[in-house]
Amino acid sequence: MAEKTITIKVLRYNPEQDQAPVFQAYQVPFSDDMSVLQALLFIKDELDETLSFRWSCRMAICGSCGMMINGNPKLSCKTFLRDIYPETVRVEALNHFPIERDLVVVMDDFIDKLERIQPYIIPAAPRSLAQGEYLQTPAQLEKYEQFSSCINCLLCYAACPQYGLNPEFIGPGALALLHRYNADSRDGASAQRMELVAAEEGVFNCTAVGYCSEVCPKHVDPANAVNQNKTTAAGNYFMSFLKPRGTSK
Amino acid sequence: MSKRRPYVRPMAGWWRKNPFFIEYMIHEGTALFVAAYALVLLAGLVCLALGEAAWNGWLGAMKHPLVILFHLVTLAMIAYHSWTWFKIMPKTMPPVVIGGKRLSAAMITGGGLAAVALASLLALGLFWGMTR
Amino acid sequence: MNRPLKRSNAPIFWGLFGAGGMLSALLGPVLVLITGLAVPMGLLFGADAMSYANMLAFAQHWLGKAFLFAIVSLFLWHAGHRIFHSLHDVGIHAGPGAKAVCYGGALLGTVIAALSLLSMGF
Ligand code: SF4
Ligand code: FES
Repeated sequence: MAEKTITIKVLRYNPEQDQAPVFQAYQVPFSDDMSVLQALLFIKDELDETLSFRWSCRMAICGSCGMMINGNPKLSCKTFLRDIYPETVRVEALNHFPIERDLVVVMDDFIDKLERIQPYIIPAAPRSLAQGEYLQTPAQLEKYEQFSSCINCLLCYAACPQYGLNPEFIGPGALALLHRYNADSRDGASAQRMELVAAEEGVFNCTAVGYCSEVCPKHVDPANAVNQNKTTAAGNYFMSFLKPRGTSK
Repeated sequence: MSKRRPYVRPMAGWWRKNPFFIEYMIHEGTALFVAAYALVLLAGLVCLALGEAAWNGWLGAMKHPLVILFHLVTLAMIAYHSWTWFKIMPKTMPPVVIGGKRLSAAMITGGGLAAVALASLLALGLFWGMTR
Repeated sequence: MNRPLKRSNAPIFWGLFGAGGMLSALLGPVLVLITGLAVPMGLLFGADAMSYANMLAFAQHWLGKAFLFAIVSLFLWHAGHRIFHSLHDVGIHAGPGAKAVCYGGALLGTVIAALSLLSMGF
């Protein structure tokens, strides 16, 4: 079956030579069980060793192989050639991020945002070792579990036009993770995080496009996290007029 | 010296490049019709305040074929707003848990559309009752 | 590296957008059907369903007044906010100018609606 082939068009960019990215086409042997990532690996191993892209786990859990495939943000290890064949596969770096080289994007902005949301449990009243572990019921787990499945793949950022238009926006993935900690019964820092949620770079940049939740490979539903926080932030905003000055957060 | 020169792609025309975004722009565009209809009603209010002659002028204008056509298109667009409003609802609303189970997206959208039907019937009934 | 955070005043406009969006989703279609199609075309209802006397009586009742005010002003706030964001979406800078047109328009409409309704008395 080695005679069947498929065309892969890759958006190439070499900062040392190219003024702007250009597409380059490759012919790759096609088989039913091949992912787009495997096709790229074939190109790198057999056809063109200069092609750069990120990958690691090959099983949709490390979150490093996100790219635009025929215009949609996808994990390349979870996207199969058989679903596109005999059409051409068009591969580009994730939208809305600067291209470092070929399919590799600059993700410093996201890493910075990840830090700013304080993505760790900050207990309201820390327990000593002698007091034992923090207990949590299945119902309390249920409240945040979905939002804890995020693998930081950035597909939702590539799906979010508001992030593309205004990179100051904290964006879907980081806000979903922020919500994951706010919604955790062991955490007591929602008031601290509210400052960022309600800020000009916060949730109100979202216009409920909803595409982020469509493309998320882990069914995190970041749009829901963002919009739940709009409600909370609005409530907090109006409450702040009722409370005496200085105590509002 | 660093050889880094990250390339930033332009955003121009982003919404034309994906059917999902085209739909988004259409449902955002329903706002133009909501605004236009609100202005028609506002003109009516002003005429009503000005007196009987002005009001009858407004009523007459509403009968113009072009105005009828405008309302036909507006009906379609605002109905599309209703549909998309409740279609996004499951994503924009905090989860509702009933009897330990989370209300499904289809239930939320369906419930919203049922509310539209109910409110419409109610409005028709009330208007009929008030004007006979 | 991080600038000090500035609190967004969006909740006001977002709240009005949401209220108007809900109201227009629930009642928009049927209102257009009644006032824009059925009555002008003489369908379903009597020929003088929206006669001056009928409508004035409706607008003079406090409930009718509240209803008309909510419909007109909230529809305008909903549309204004959405159009404001759409301008940003198509690359028109969402600055003070766009804000003045979208929210200022809604405010102006709200004031005109209130004055008209109040002038009709109770
Ligand atoms: S929310 Fe989903 S799409 Fe966004 S980074 Fe996390 S896993 Fe990826
Ligand atoms: S390679 Fe790890 S998610 Fe695709």
